[in-house]
Amino acid sequence: MGIIEARNFTRRFNGLTAVDHINLDVEEGEIFGFLGPNGAGKTTTIKMLTTLLRPSEGEARICGYDVVRQPSSVRKVIGVVFQEPALDDRLTGWENLDFHARLYGLDRREREERIEEVLELVGLKDRADELVENYSGGMKRRLEIARGLIHWPRVLFLDEPTLGLDVQTRRAIWEYVLKLNRVEGITVFLTTHYMEEADYLSHRVAIIDHGKILAVDKPKNLKDMIGGDIVIVSCSDPKSLARELGESDWVKEVKVRGGEVNIYVDLGEEKIPDIIMMAERLGVEIESVTLRKPTLEDVYLHFTGRRIREEEASVVEKMRNMRVRRGWRR
Amino acid sequence: MNSPNFQAIYVMWLRQLKLFIRARSRLIANIIQPFFFLAFLGLGLRSITLPGLSSGFEYLDFLAPGMIAMSVVFSSMFAGISVIWDRQFGFLKEVLVAPVSRISVVVGRTLGGSTVALIQGLIILVVSAILGVKISLIGLAPALIFMLMIAFFAVGLGLSIAARLQDPHAFPLLMNLILMPAVFLSTAFFPLEGVSEWMRYLVYVNPLTYMVDGLRGFLVGASSIPLSVDIAVTAALCISTTMLGAYLFSKAEA
Repeated sequence: MGIIEARNFTRRFNGLTAVDHINLDVEEGEIFGFLGPNGAGKTTTIKMLTTLLRPSEGEARICGYDVVRQPSSVRKVIGVVFQEPALDDRLTGWENLDFHARLYGLDRREREERIEEVLELVGLKDRADELVENYSGGMKRRLEIARGLIHWPRVLFLDEPTLGLDVQTRRAIWEYVLKLNRVEGITVFLTTHYMEEADYLSHRVAIIDHGKILAVDKPKNLKDMIGGDIVIVSCSDPKSLARELGESDWVKEVKVRGGEVNIYVDLGEEKIPDIIMMAERLGVEIESVTLRKPTLEDVYLHFTGRRIREEEASVVEKMRNMRVRRGWRR
Repeated sequence: MNSPNFQAIYVMWLRQLKLFIRARSRLIANIIQPFFFLAFLGLGLRSITLPGLSSGFEYLDFLAPGMIAMSVVFSSMFAGISVIWDRQFGFLKEVLVAPVSRISVVVGRTLGGSTVALIQGLIILVVSAILGVKISLIGLAPALIFMLMIAFFAVGLGLSIAARLQDPHAFPLLMNLILMPAVFLSTAFFPLEGVSEWMRYLVYVNPLTYMVDGLRGFLVGASSIPLSVDIAVTAALCISTTMLGAYLFSKAEA
């Protein structure tokens, strides 16, 4: 039995179906990536799984507890890090953690030990007594992850954990996520629209678009599914090279894009000499050869016919930063 | 007692107190306004004779309970309304996803806001005494309970407003357009006896009237309305807005 199970899980907002009859089976101990563009239904799914929003249809269980009928049992076994920051920045890091620990009913000794432990895990021990308003974006996110772990949850939900963070901070957060999965043995359900993030962290990835799950598998299997490697040959006569390659049985697919031929093959590194020999035979002059392993971006493209909407993502990030920066105070 | 719900009440209370102690500027702003009224208006109009009040009773004695009530109402209403900021800054979600009942969150917040309001009210009370207001010692204990009822009423009102009002920018508008006139029409500044007929109706429908009048009854022994009426109206309002606030908050979505 999966630690998270959803059947026909659906949410409609005024006629718009944000999450459309999805099924989920997340295994205990795995990092499960939920990959899709903004507006695909990722946050709505998390809100329903964490009991903040009622599903319009279908059901889900976490550790066997129904998210609609047993919300407080569900809340005890999950930790949540929301996409929007949810800290009180007029309190110190330690006070935010203490607040959380008390809300989850830890006694004094448990609180003291556990707060130390999670601070250690995210490397914030020496900054714990500072007000959160003086923290950087990365520190805030680490503090939120630490907070989500305090009550020994069995599932940790991370909604876009590295949104709006710079590349270095993003890497650091990734390492913390892998570490807590390893050290605490906790199941992680994470949403992201960053391909590399899903690829690097997840044991399995679900690709979601327009509220529907298009594929679920290990990142490697997903990438293998779209046909091994891509050899990109830049040459003087791509059309005739492509025509010749199209007749070879070891080539899965050939596409001409401008002055380049994209050749989809298995074990691309071994096929490069064959391609070069073929070009020589045809008298086609080769300028360069690139071997590319497929990424989740290619997988996404394969399933949706579109690239993930990065430009849209950047707009959301801007809005989010503005919101955080807004001048007025309570 | 370590049940999460009891802890939730305590921790919500604790948070309000910590924020109160930390936000010095807010504390000063909340105390300075009634202080100015007391010091300048109260001392400036010291020798004025008021209709309906016995001689030997100075304007400052009349004004002080009103200023205490005003500071309690402002402070507790702010505590209730500040849920809007918690929602805006995302902190509300952290509370809503915790395995505690909404009611315990509301109770904790109400107690926290009321404690803070009571502290501010007491500061104004002490300031009044220093300025020479003759506070009745016998009335002090019931006055404190009465102040707590006023605080509960205002926190509940604030919570109800916060449940309906999504935009934090509307808050100053609300304070200036509704709360200030309500304070002026509550007999905090002038007695009911001298008020013209049409205005008297406004004073009577104003909930703050009964709170200000009741507090004046307890603290300086002069009320225009029978104390029993003041107590009954305040208690009824206290219970109903607390329940309304709790109900609306329990329906709130993050």
